Amino acid sequence: MANILIEKKVLSANDTIASKLRETFQKHKIFVINIVSSPGSGKTSLLEKTVQLLNKNIQTGIIAGDVQTENDAKRIQKAGGKFVQPIETGGSCHLDAAMIEKSIAHFDLDKLDLLIIENVGNLVCPSCYDLGEDMKVVLLSTTEGDDKPLKYPSMFRNSSVMVINKTDLLYYTDFKLDEVRKNALQINGTFEIFETSCKTSDGLNEWINWLTKKVSETG
Amino acid sequence: MHELSIASSIIDSVTKEVKKHDVRSVYEIKLRIGELTAVVPDSLRFGFESLVKDTFLEHTQLTIETSKIEGECIDCKRGFTVENFNFICPHCSSKQVDIISGNELEILSIEIEK
Repeated sequence: MANILIEKKVLSANDTIASKLRETFQKHKIFVINIVSSPGSGKTSLLEKTVQLLNKNIQTGIIAGDVQTENDAKRIQKAGGKFVQPIETGGSCHLDAAMIEKSIAHFDLDKLDLLIIENVGNLVCPSCYDLGEDMKVVLLSTTEGDDKPLKYPSMFRNSSVMVINKTDLLYYTDFKLDEVRKNALQINGTFEIFETSCKTSDGLNEWINWLTKKVSETG
Repeated sequence: MHELSIASSIIDSVTKEVKKHDVRSVYEIKLRIGELTAVVPDSLRFGFESLVKDTFLEHTQLTIETSKIEGECIDCKRGFTVENFNFICPHCSSKQVDIISGNELEILSIEIEK
C-alpha cells in the first residue's frame, strides 16, 4: 500500500475557469454580481425593475439561470433588458463557471459595464461555485422566515449584500426586519443591506444608486 | 443535491491521479470538508457510491475529515472557533472577522496499491 498526497481543491476545475472569467471581467471593466435566493423571493422581479430604473448609459448584460424554461430571460427582455442570455441547467441545482464561460461568448464584453447573473433559486448549492463574480447578492423576502440567515449560514456568509424584498407584505406576515438584520449581521457583520418592494418600488432607488456607484468605481 | 456533482469532481481528480501512477486499486480517498461549506457528508457519500458502481473505485472507502470554522478578529487580532455560526468576536464583540478555515473542500490523499 502506498499513500499519494494530493492536497487539491475538489472544485479546482471550476475555480480555474472562474479565475479566468474574473480576469476577463476585470480587463473589460465589468462589475459582476451573482444573485442568489430561494425560489420565489423575487430575483427576476428585482432584475425587471433594475433594467427599468438603471441609467440607460449603463450597458447591462444579464444571464438568467433556470432549471427549466427560458421564462425568466423573456420577462427581463420584456421589461427592457437588451442583452439577456438564458441558461437552462436541465436539472442542475446551481450554475457553474463553465456555463458562464459558454454564455459570455454571446455578449460583446467591450460594450458591457455591468453583468448580473441570476442563479438558480437555491440557497445551498450555488454557494460552493465561484462564477468569477465580484460579489454575491443574496435576496430573501418577507414571506420567508426572518431566521433564514441562520439556516443557510454558508450562503449568507459568502455574500456581500443582502436585499430584503416584498416589504409591502410585511403587514401580513410575522417577518421582523430588526430580527432578520440581527441574524444576518451575526453571520456577516459587513453586510450591505437593502429593503425593497418590487411591487411598490419602495427602496429601489437605494439599490439602483448603490449599483450605479459600484459600476462607476469599476469603470 | 450538488453533492452529486462534487462527487463527480472527486472521481475525475482521482482518476487523473491514478493514470499518472501505475495503480492496481484505490483503497481510500481522504477528504477535508469545512463546516462552512454547504456540503453534507452523508449526501456526498451517497452520491459517490452511486457513481462508482461497477467502476474501479467501487470498493474505495471515502474518509471525510470535517474542519471547524476558525475566525480571526480584524479589530483585536485574536483567533477563535466559530460556534453555532456566530461570527461575532467573543473577545471584543467586533463584527469584522476574517475566516481562517472552515471553507475547505479538498482531496487530501489517496491510499493505493501498486
